[in-house]
Amino acid sequence: MPGLTLVPTQVAVATGADFSNDTWWIVAIKAVGVVVFLLTSVLVAIWFERKVVARMQIRPGPNVHGPFGLLQSLADAMKLLLKEDINVKAADKVLYLLAPMISVFASLLIFAVIPLGPEVSIFGVVTPLQLTDFPVSVLYILAAASFGVYGIVLGGWASGSTYPLLGGVRSTAQVISYELAMGLSLVSVFILAGSMSTSQIVASQEQIWWFLPLLPAFVIYFISMVGEVNRLPFDLPEAEGELVSGFMTEYSSMKFAWFFLAEYINMLNVSAIATTLFFGGWRAPFGLHLINDGMFNEGWWPLLWFLAKLWTFMFLFVWIRGTLLRFRYDQFMKFGWKILIPAALVWIVMVAAVQSVRQFTDIDLQTLLIALGVVAVVAIGLSFLIPEKKAPPATEGEPEEFDAFAGGYPVPPLPGQTLPPSPRRRARLAEETEQRTATAVLTAEADASTTDQPSDGEEEEPRG
Amino acid sequence: MSASAVALGSLPAAPVLASLAETGRTSTGEEVLFWFIAPVMVLAALGLLFARKTVHAAMSVVLVMVCLAILYVAQEAPFLGVVQVIVYTGAVMMLFLFVLMLVGVDSSDSLVETIAGQRWVGVLLGLGLAGVLSGVVLTAADMTPVGLEAANADTNAVGVARIIFGDYVFALEVVGILLITAALGALVLTHRQRLTRRVGQKERADARVSAGTVLTPLPAPGVYARSNAMDVPALGPDGRPLDSSVPRVLRVRGQERAVSEVAAFQGPDAPHLTEAEESTGDADATGAAPPDRSITGEEPNR
Repeated sequence: MPGLTLVPTQVAVATGADFSNDTWWIVAIKAVGVVVFLLTSVLVAIWFERKVVARMQIRPGPNVHGPFGLLQSLADAMKLLLKEDINVKAADKVLYLLAPMISVFASLLIFAVIPLGPEVSIFGVVTPLQLTDFPVSVLYILAAASFGVYGIVLGGWASGSTYPLLGGVRSTAQVISYELAMGLSLVSVFILAGSMSTSQIVASQEQIWWFLPLLPAFVIYFISMVGEVNRLPFDLPEAEGELVSGFMTEYSSMKFAWFFLAEYINMLNVSAIATTLFFGGWRAPFGLHLINDGMFNEGWWPLLWFLAKLWTFMFLFVWIRGTLLRFRYDQFMKFGWKILIPAALVWIVMVAAVQSVRQFTDIDLQTLLIALGVVAVVAIGLSFLIPEKKAPPATEGEPEEFDAFAGGYPVPPLPGQTLPPSPRRRARLAEETEQRTATAVLTAEADASTTDQPSDGEEEEPRG
Repeated sequence: MSASAVALGSLPAAPVLASLAETGRTSTGEEVLFWFIAPVMVLAALGLLFARKTVHAAMSVVLVMVCLAILYVAQEAPFLGVVQVIVYTGAVMMLFLFVLMLVGVDSSDSLVETIAGQRWVGVLLGLGLAGVLSGVVLTAADMTPVGLEAANADTNAVGVARIIFGDYVFALEVVGILLITAALGALVLTHRQRLTRRVGQKERADARVSAGTVLTPLPAPGVYARSNAMDVPALGPDGRPLDSSVPRVLRVRGQERAVSEVAAFQGPDAPHLTEAEESTGDADATGAAPPDRSITGEEPNR
């Protein structure tokens, strides 16, 4: 294509992290630090989830072991470690053992490329607070996530039992449909940031965090990230109401603990990705970076902001779990394929169009934004011209017959329908009128001048 | 076939070897990695051929793919390596596994050839592929390698993007059209007209409710101090035994035990089953009669 240059002309790619100072012991410290951080965070996350869900359900939650029940998850972990390790007879031995290992292994990989902070000094060596980074780190994250699903699928298959197999099949279908939407939602971040490296994406968010200009992409990512970690309302692979506990049914003791560990590490992982790609990574929130010459964006401070954002997402996870119900399977598939993926595709095309206008023409950002605003307003105005769906014809006239078991379900009366009088009430009314007439007869006999008779059914005291 | 054989003979392979020798120096780390990964890959590839279960074969392929991805990354092609895992391991093999699971865990492979003459077609296509590949290698003989540093000057991903979307954009578009056509073709070929109304999850739920059967799970069998086996019925809130709590098979076989057989009676004047009662097992002893201690709702709260 002559005349078109593929070199970006206006968008300068931010520089990424510089790892040139790293020595082998710095790398070792960071690697150990990441693993220790993940394991302790999981212990805290389990406590946090139980405590927050308990508050939402107005009960105290774990409060016996340690201050505020903080040691509860430690006790649970010890219990799982010391439990008898049961191997199912019908299981495929090798894969049965391998599956939980794959899950944990893949979940530990992702934090290697998450930038926890800018350059800091560790024992006199200036180094970024990130284990490693390369030009395609976000793709690496997707690869590790898709590899981790093998743990679930194989665990379901190798258990040699029906419910786990169903869980495994569901998980496969879930991954194929929701990872597509997830990957597509990340593409618009790549387009705007001009890079797939995590540190460069964080660096590119100096002006504005990407969740604002890319709000639809963020919403799609958020939905699919909940699906990715098999949490409510997307926990179909382990739906305990339907599949006992899905792929984990035949696992006990330490092997179960691995699955459990992987699930919580994955929650931390996707929260960290959302933080890094959409919420500015380690950057200080609320304009704090303006204070004291950007003091809060340097040194060890950013670690605090990163953790705060990470745990905000963790809280959202718990909140969703405390609020929403599980999807029905067909709704879930329909939602993934017919709503999320088309929406993500349309959004990418829009972002790519705007970005190419910015790169290959001389229109400045302000004009472009005004033009986009005009287009949006016109589109919204046009959408009002689309005739609304016809409202169902209003029921008028006689109140229709109320069928308490319409379609076989016990149903309440709809608008326009009235409850028939309760049979118990009718019986009681008859009884009361009988008594009244009896007493009336008696009083009439005593005092013949009385004329006021209680009319039937007019005076009813409310049933208690 | 003959053309490629001629090409093999006439074109000198020397420049390839020479340029490989020039740029093909490896570091110790690279060699260690290779000699660690290569045997694993060979074993996994053999596993594909000789594994008895299809899932094991599929997992061997996954292992080969992951090792291949590691080698790509070691060759400074991180984009290719990572995409290899996402696309092939994460999507293609996952679809394979999905189908394997739907087919069933225990189904054995049928070794009957359904397509006539597919072996010969397969051999021909294999030979054709070998010809194409050797042709590609030999035409690459004239190129002089520029080295990885020049190729990855603006990061690996940008380098790959320049080649795919710049030099080979036409081929890419053609492949894209081909793939979309294939997907549409699959849709059209598997489409069938619906002769009956579609029965979805909602319709099934409606049918279950209107059938008027029990919607909840059946009650679990009884748990008593002396017995918690499957063959003793549980007690309902009115104190009567629930027959549906015993599995249907046991009931049909007549292997159900009565509550009175397992109920623990306490106190000095507790009744004892006589041997005659135990052996006959008449209708009254199968739990039809409510036990003494029935729950009426009028007991004092303790």
